[in-house]
Amino acid sequence: MALNPRRLRAIVLNAAVACVTLVTLLPFVWMVIVSFMPRYESSRYPPPLWPSRWTLGNYYELLVRRQYDGAWFDYRILPAMGNSLLVAAISTLLGLLLTVPAGYAFAKLHFRGRERLLKMLIASLVIPGQVAMLPLFLIFRELGLVDSYAGVILPSLAGIFAILFVRQATLGIPDEMIDAARLDGAGETRIFVSIVLPLLMPITVTLALFLFLGSWNDFLWPLIVLSDQHHYTLPVAVAAISREHAADGELMMAAAVVTTLPVLALFLALQRYYIGGLLGGSIKG
Amino acid sequence: MTRQERSAWLFTTPVLAVIALVFVLPTVLALGLSVTDYSIYALADWSNLRFVGIGNFTDLLATPLFWRALGNTAIFAVIGVPMAIGTSLFTALLLNDATVRWKPLWRVALFAPYVTGIVATAVVWRFLLNTRFGLLNWLLGQVGVAPVDWLGDPRWSIPAILLFVTWKVFGYNMIVFTAALAAVPEELMEAARLDGAGPWTRFRHVTLPAIGPTLLLAAVLSVAGFLQLFAEPYVMTLGGPSQSTVTILYFMFDEGFKWWNLGQASAVAFVLLILILSLTLIQTRIGRRYEWL
Repeated sequence: MALNPRRLRAIVLNAAVACVTLVTLLPFVWMVIVSFMPRYESSRYPPPLWPSRWTLGNYYELLVRRQYDGAWFDYRILPAMGNSLLVAAISTLLGLLLTVPAGYAFAKLHFRGRERLLKMLIASLVIPGQVAMLPLFLIFRELGLVDSYAGVILPSLAGIFAILFVRQATLGIPDEMIDAARLDGAGETRIFVSIVLPLLMPITVTLALFLFLGSWNDFLWPLIVLSDQHHYTLPVAVAAISREHAADGELMMAAAVVTTLPVLALFLALQRYYIGGLLGGSIKG
Repeated sequence: MTRQERSAWLFTTPVLAVIALVFVLPTVLALGLSVTDYSIYALADWSNLRFVGIGNFTDLLATPLFWRALGNTAIFAVIGVPMAIGTSLFTALLLNDATVRWKPLWRVALFAPYVTGIVATAVVWRFLLNTRFGLLNWLLGQVGVAPVDWLGDPRWSIPAILLFVTWKVFGYNMIVFTAALAAVPEELMEAARLDGAGPWTRFRHVTLPAIGPTLLLAAVLSVAGFLQLFAEPYVMTLGGPSQSTVTILYFMFDEGFKWWNLGQASAVAFVLLILILSLTLIQTRIGRRYEWL
């Protein structure tokens, strides 16, 4: 087999890509390996690259409720996971319900003030959300929403990006289709539900994924608005226990696995939609 | 009002109402809050609230930690933005080469850090960066580098966090650059090659102008992103060692929700807003000059 320059180039570049990928994935691989090590094994030098024996002990310690001296003890990771799941699911569903029709309206329905509203929405994208956080906290305090799930969810529903995302996708639907339905006497809601929505299905899945992962990973606002640890979402709970257990490498890696695994699984299952959404359909493969 | 108009409002009003309640109204109120001395006393009783004009802003200028936070954030942005964009562009160029196989597979793998949460991955990185047992120092030790106290030495804490942030975010711009690179005209590339242009000249005069607008957008978003660093220092260093990783948002969070000086914290939020707006403006100006907009 002759090693011509093109072949050599292919080998070098493929190896380089493989190396970059390996380095990128190394933290995840290390996280999983350490999470199965017996307690304190990772706190040695040189770091053991493989567990001396594989154990589920860290996961047991982290996830299972136990009784110590007559009192129940657990790290509240499973309840926090439940909270995160609930919050992310409601955020996603309500987010879709609010933003998909709005995105369609901004693309295809004519109403006074549409262009001005659209410009305002685009302009507001440069304002960092943190500016609103302090007064929002005070407003929610007046409304009794502090330390409630509603208080976590409500800000995530202001989906300016989502509206623009849906609008962009809707612009591709031919007007003739909608006008034809109008001539046939279909109402606007009917047109949206039975003609536009099916066409928007792929983009809706993409948006749902964005919303779900955004909510699942959100940290700053839940940290601010939640005070009772029974209401903590997963990132807030993990941050809290990582402060006290920074030295417990194996336990913290198990916590990191439990937090990132659902996200990675969801991403892998729907990565076509996710990456396709980022590219706006400009690339295939 | 026509039927269409009625439906349009039916479709848009709910979300616009939410946006008004949780974004527009608070942003306006933040301006009001920033000229008051809203603190824990006002939190207990509104009558303790006083108007202080630009007092919060002048106080900030006299607060050393605020300047420290500004400086730290500037260092984060000045090193971090080129580092993050450079890594993204490098991997995108690598992936764009015709000889590279299994592109979708690499793309998904390289994007994985971006979709995972900051808290869990910061916990992992804090462990990787551990001075004594960390994998990074062990690897450095293999090539003869003495252990670095990544998160305990003020000189290394920012580079350490930047390493983590770059790892976390480069996949996003990589995907965006991949799309832009796919649109670089092949004929132009071929013509340059025939004219004897080397790889660097081709990159400089064919690729770069073609991906210019994408690069500009990535720069604008990255600058805004790096100015908003919070969770990384919060989880990894708590702003330390010796306040070397206190960012603007970290300062705002502490000022607002630890010490309950909400007036002062609002002033900080406005400084951040003005910074982001003016940097975006400057970048779009530069972009116009190169006709990337």
